[in-house]
Amino acid sequence: MSVAPAPLRRDPAHGWIAGVFAGLGERLRIDPLILRVGFMVVVVATGGLALVGYVVAWAALPATEDKPAPLARFARVPRVRGDWRVALGVGLLTLSCLLAFRQLGIWWSDAVVWPLVVAAFGVALLWRRARSSAEDEVPGPATTERPPAASGEIASPEGGAPSSPVGDLYRGVFGVLLVIGAGLLFLLSNDVFGGIRDAALTTVVVVVALALILAPFLWRLAHNLASERAERIRSQERAELAAHLHDSVLQTLVLMQTRADDPREVAALARRQERELRDWLAGDGRRSAEGRFAAALRHSAEEIEDDHRVAIDVVVVGDCDFDERSEAVLGAAREALVNAAKHAGEAGLIRVYAEVDDDGIELFVRDRGPGFDPATTPADRQGVRESIIGRMERVGGTAEIRTAPEGGTEVGLTVRQPGAEREGGAS
Amino acid sequence: MVARPTVVIVDDHELFRAGVRAELEQLVDVRGAAGTVEKAVAAIVDQKPDVVLLDVHMPGGGGVEVIRQVAERRPAQRFLALSVSDAAEDVIAIIRAGARGYVTKSISGSELAEAIERVRDGDAVFSPRLAGFVLDAFHGEITEGEVDPELDQLTPREREVLRLIARGYLYKEIAARLSISPKTVEAHVGAVLRKLQLSTRHELSRWAVERRLVD
Repeated sequence: MSVAPAPLRRDPAHGWIAGVFAGLGERLRIDPLILRVGFMVVVVATGGLALVGYVVAWAALPATEDKPAPLARFARVPRVRGDWRVALGVGLLTLSCLLAFRQLGIWWSDAVVWPLVVAAFGVALLWRRARSSAEDEVPGPATTERPPAASGEIASPEGGAPSSPVGDLYRGVFGVLLVIGAGLLFLLSNDVFGGIRDAALTTVVVVVALALILAPFLWRLAHNLASERAERIRSQERAELAAHLHDSVLQTLVLMQTRADDPREVAALARRQERELRDWLAGDGRRSAEGRFAAALRHSAEEIEDDHRVAIDVVVVGDCDFDERSEAVLGAAREALVNAAKHAGEAGLIRVYAEVDDDGIELFVRDRGPGFDPATTPADRQGVRESIIGRMERVGGTAEIRTAPEGGTEVGLTVRQPGAEREGGAS
Repeated sequence: MVARPTVVIVDDHELFRAGVRAELEQLVDVRGAAGTVEKAVAAIVDQKPDVVLLDVHMPGGGGVEVIRQVAERRPAQRFLALSVSDAAEDVIAIIRAGARGYVTKSISGSELAEAIERVRDGDAVFSPRLAGFVLDAFHGEITEGEVDPELDQLTPREREVLRLIARGYLYKEIAARLSISPKTVEAHVGAVLRKLQLSTRHELSRWAVERRLVD
């Protein structure tokens, strides 16, 4: 039967001091007493230096009863939080820098050493605290419920953060005291309290100390304001999107349910909503320029779609500005569309195709309706035809109505630009 | 009677997939449906359908990516693109990637089945909007530097055919109107498709480059 070797541990229960050799002996299956005697020999031989090794072993080895090693425990003690360790590190770093300067001969007075180290420690503590509180706020949902007024109390500890409010406040106060103490220490060691000539120095030291104390709070205030503004912009955009969807898509969907028995109405509603949503999604990038022919034609088609509950598909190649010719084409196209919507709207999609180039405009309106015989056209349709044909002829164009029994009706409108007035801008 | 075409539907929108399937069930032989690029490629290679109905917008590269990956293993696979979008850059991207047609999702079931058959037979399918777009792209004079007149320009007849498509004419109506056979109409449209895919015309390559569709 083989037993997996247990990891090396201390055994305080059977040890003399911290149980290092008791644990080691058990692991190596040697009597701890032999190890202890051997170690004492080594200690004497090295002039006591080997004792350091014992201390390291104590710190690094976990005890048997499932407790972490003292070193690991120290690092995990909640009170020895990151801020303290960082502050301690900054203080030690400052001290070592100062010592290095002194060694190099760049030196002015021994009196600055302790004030600077203490001040560095205090400032590091304050800054760490400001930073970690600000970072604690990043998770959204919990903090958004907080009333906005709370953001004003920047100096007060935040509730709900992982660090306890009391500890937070304690660290803050401690940091402030450290910085002030450092200032006083500096003044004392320079022996300036009695001398008026050093009043200026006193003021400078106090101001510097105050600035060091307040800086993290000011920084945090600015940081909070910025993140709050970003959050506000985000929620504003969300609200805008929600409002748009609510006003448009949601309303239409509800309306479509109530009109479910009227397919044509439902189709018209859906089509209109689709058009609006497309426009909204595209912004103003895709649509052709307002105030020009193509946009006006699309707009007319949309109006007729809404008025007559029909579907119109518009394809435009090229574009041009308005003049009397393009206006005439647009007016005639409108008439033709209304006509098609009235008489052929049930028969499916009405198609508009317009081609605009330097030579002129060609436009076709095609429906899939029953068609009609021009010879037997009733008087009212004759009138519409007049308003199409007559309008085109007045600007020197033509209108042609082509109809076939099974192929529906197509109105073709053509107008040519006079050769002299060629327009280069249209594409 | 010719057998019904076999089809694989590729669309990340499940509701739409189910809808198309239900509508096409009687008209074509739906062999499978997939919602991601990966599954689509696997299904197409596995089922070897006559035609793939391909959504343009899908996560993971969209229809263009599906065509690219399938082309490595089934270069002759035919695709018909289907989209809610009618933006020029979408059309140009998918056609230049190799789709043989482009229709919008508002198309009716019978029209779609007809388009599938046409793609199966190796013909191109142009919606009126696509025809309008091609006319727009090939519109105007060729500027210097665009080298291949064979590819960069439409013949007057092709232009005429496209114009009639844009006006909403069916192929047989176009044939009757121009007094040519429907096969000739199809040949013209096929030639336009080839030009659309191969032309280096400024208007066509510009979209592709702007959208980083080509290297």
